[in-house]
Amino acid sequence: MPVQIRIPTPLRKLTHDEEIVETSAETVGTAITDLESRFPGIQERLLDEEGQVRRFVNVYVNEEDIRFLQEKDTPLKDGDEVSIIPAIAGG
Amino acid sequence: MPKLKQQGFMKALQCRECGREYPLEARHVCEFDFGPLEVAYDYAKIKSKLTRAAIAKRPHSMWRYRELLPVAKAPTVGLEVGFTPLIKADRLAKRLGIRELWIKNDAVNYPTLSFKDRVVSVALSRARELGYETVACASTGNLANSVAANAAASGMKAFVFIPHDLEKGKVINSLIYGANVISIKGHYDEVNRLCAEIAGKYDWAFVNVNMRPYYAEGSKSQGFEILEQLGWKIPRHTVVPMASGSLLTKIHKSYQEFIKVGLVKKSNYSVHGAQATGCSPISTAHRAGQDFFKPVKPDTIAKSLAIGTPADGFYALKVFKETGGASDDVTDDEIREGIKLLAETEGIFSETAGGVTVGVAKKLIASGAIPADDSAVLCITGNGLKTLDAVENHAGRTRNISPSLREFDALLDRDKTLTAK
Repeated sequence: MPVQIRIPTPLRKLTHDEEIVETSAETVGTAITDLESRFPGIQERLLDEEGQVRRFVNVYVNEEDIRFLQEKDTPLKDGDEVSIIPAIAGG
Repeated sequence: MPKLKQQGFMKALQCRECGREYPLEARHVCEFDFGPLEVAYDYAKIKSKLTRAAIAKRPHSMWRYRELLPVAKAPTVGLEVGFTPLIKADRLAKRLGIRELWIKNDAVNYPTLSFKDRVVSVALSRARELGYETVACASTGNLANSVAANAAASGMKAFVFIPHDLEKGKVINSLIYGANVISIKGHYDEVNRLCAEIAGKYDWAFVNVNMRPYYAEGSKSQGFEILEQLGWKIPRHTVVPMASGSLLTKIHKSYQEFIKVGLVKKSNYSVHGAQATGCSPISTAHRAGQDFFKPVKPDTIAKSLAIGTPADGFYALKVFKETGGASDDVTDDEIREGIKLLAETEGIFSETAGGVTVGVAKKLIASGAIPADDSAVLCITGNGLKTLDAVENHAGRTRNISPSLREFDALLDRDKTLTAK
């Protein structure tokens, strides 16, 4: 089973309304490169000019924030689920 | 882009990062860079309407400043919310070693005893304007209580999502109003993440997700009230508890807006932030001199502040920079001491977040970050009756006797002997 990436609403125009996109990339960083090759324009929404994940973008691998893992170098394996989620207000 | 249609005093939603504009809908994120959207106002028009004389004629609620709150028409939910007491806290001032101290007491806000009633009355009024029947939220407790109560009072359906380990008082306080209370096996940041996904799928008004640009503005009313209650003056120092950092940034914004529309004179002020040591990503970043924060996994009795990935952390750090504000954090023991100190000196029983604010204010005064000859306002945001668990074994004990005068006399005699020693 390939890695599944859940696409948040603000980015679905770029993925032609696809909610889930599959990839065989081996890290979060290469998964973003893979997304860009298929849905041009998506990378600059996720990464800033220095190639870092944008301040208001949170990326999770199997429900864990990649900032607790290895950031963009976080490895991916078959069956993993990647979520891209905007930051939310307090409660 | 076609010219966006103005609604009331609101011009558009605007990205805080890149400035792109969006229509005044239920949406919260810039499609381009994920930056948070904020309401842009027509300040020239507001300035002509919102005068001290106009405000003086209106009822004592947060809605007396309604031109600066994001609703198109008259509000329909939470008309009685706000205008909580601003107390001159002389006894606490003496204990903390500062010349003048004020407490803004949202522990007695209407109807659910926390500052969240402010944001919810805005979010639900706006949700109705946009045609929603179902409202929802991710919450550490206080927000859930307020959404549940205000939805019940206005006949809306409510779904509230909370972490599984909340204080009993906060859970019952949501259930009693008949809301759908969903408890999630995880901490608040996980509840938040799930809610972002649910909000993408179901067309509900999620007060702190798709309604966030409107919701968050409600917090400004606490700042507006402080300024009016101080006699149309900006306090030199304000200490605010931080979870996501939203309240702190909105207090700062409220002061800026009152300057902009001419209701107060410009003066120097500092806004300081308080966190619990067990969840202090913002104060840690600030003290390290960084303008970004590292998320943490919360572990603190101050559950209402237990947000490890604070959405407005970046902007809170900017407020410190702009206003010369400081920030610090306190341990669980210091939080309990803060709660007791506020209760014993001013007769105000605050929830754990208030213990954080008092504890940090004490540290900032001691370190000179808030000079002893200045004046400060502490924002108390929630009520101690909701977090009894946190102080249950630290509040002292009752002494039990029979209904006998002899036993009571003996008790007093024993006290006298002890005092004499």
